[in-house]
Amino acid sequence: MSLQVQNISYAYGQKTALDDVSFTIKRGAFCALLGPNGAGKSTLYALLTRLQLPASGQIEIAGYDLAAKPRLALARLGVVFQQSTLDLDLTVRQNMRYFAALHGLSGRLAETKIDAALDRLEMKDRAQEKARALNGGHRRRTEIARALIHTPDILLLDEATVGLDSATRHAITGYVHQLAQDGTTVLWATHLTDEVWPEDRLILLHKARILHDGQANDLGLDLKSAFLERTGAQE
Amino acid sequence: MSPYLTSLIAILKREALRFVRQRERFLAALVRPLVWLIVFAAGFRAALGLSIIPPYQTYITYETYIVPGLCGMVLLFNGMQSSFSLVYDREMGSMKLLLTSPLPRWWLLFCKLLGASAISILQVYTFLLVAYLYGIQAPPFGYIAALPALLVAGLMLGALGLLLSSFVKQLENFAGVMNFVIFPMFFLSSALYPLWKMAESSRLLHDICALNPFTHAVELIRFALYAEANFAALGWTLLATAVFLGLALWGYDPVRSGKRHTG
Repeated sequence: MSLQVQNISYAYGQKTALDDVSFTIKRGAFCALLGPNGAGKSTLYALLTRLQLPASGQIEIAGYDLAAKPRLALARLGVVFQQSTLDLDLTVRQNMRYFAALHGLSGRLAETKIDAALDRLEMKDRAQEKARALNGGHRRRTEIARALIHTPDILLLDEATVGLDSATRHAITGYVHQLAQDGTTVLWATHLTDEVWPEDRLILLHKARILHDGQANDLGLDLKSAFLERTGAQE
Repeated sequence: MSPYLTSLIAILKREALRFVRQRERFLAALVRPLVWLIVFAAGFRAALGLSIIPPYQTYITYETYIVPGLCGMVLLFNGMQSSFSLVYDREMGSMKLLLTSPLPRWWLLFCKLLGASAISILQVYTFLLVAYLYGIQAPPFGYIAALPALLVAGLMLGALGLLLSSFVKQLENFAGVMNFVIFPMFFLSSALYPLWKMAESSRLLHDICALNPFTHAVELIRFALYAEANFAALGWTLLATAVFLGLALWGYDPVRSGKRHTG
């Protein structure tokens, strides 16, 4: 088992953000976390990355309890946040090196891992460009590559395609599905149904609770209609 | 290489790159104390009589008196500035990279603090060089002895900035906080006038000044610049550093952050 979330709850004052959420994702699976804005996706990510601590429940990452062994657990995690975290004045490679160092990687080992990660996302040619010069899609690909440097078991992406055009979104969704096929466990948060493939594992989050947990095509061929019907959201 | 050292070098390098990029900030940080030294001190020199107080062995000009205080001012403004950039980093998201690293959070925050202090010290030495050319000269060894004093003072004020950044959530609130911290800290200290002078006008103000950790940081720098050790000032500055840093790390602890959201 790669990622296990058990009975997680969290509240902002009186407002419940997550209410007794539990799920498990197997190694190498692509799991889409679908929910309208305000469903609790970003709160769940903040808890999974230990930016916040849950009021109750347990999170296990690659076999490590996040509360008991946070550093071992975080070392197995790659994260792409909703907001870009690139330093726009640094080159792609400088951004990658900084991140590698925050994971304790330096020298030749870091360079090899950076090259491999950039290669995987087809970004090696742009390694010397400043992040500011990249378009939105390439910035995202850089961030995904960066999250892979330390070869994490689990990759968390929080609405990673926000603000991108439809073709770029499609390409990035494809890249990340490929990563899962290569063995990385992926949790992909989105509010856009066209980013979920029929065979994907799908967790539907709405108003702090899980409405559905199964394969995406369990909800029928028209995922968009099913999503709108169950959540009353507007895409 | 140890992961600790690797991360320290990377963070220092990043702070240095940021510093190089923000040349205007460097210039502003230099102009501020120079205006005080050249304009303010010229006007004040006539109004303020100074007696011989340690570490000075002769009568000194007012400009000579305020140089250590202005070094403190550079450190104080930089500490607040780096705190401002931490709040900015958090709002923009790049702080998350640091906070989700598997290395201990206290270590990464300490590296940030050290980086910011190193940049501050560089600015202080540039100011001291200009002051030297202007004619305010300390004994040569004083410039070397001042380094550890500047480091301790820089860490203390940086830790205060870190502490503020852990409690102030939004950038727009920050300007107010800076005004409430920078000005009282600077004016209620021995930076511009010796404490005995303050005591002449108000005992209470004198006592507040004597409690202000910035006073001790300034005195530490003043004595070091004249190659003398002021252990009381060192002790107070170190104590303040420990308290500010401890509270800042507590403020950055996710348990507390979580509670704050539920509050």
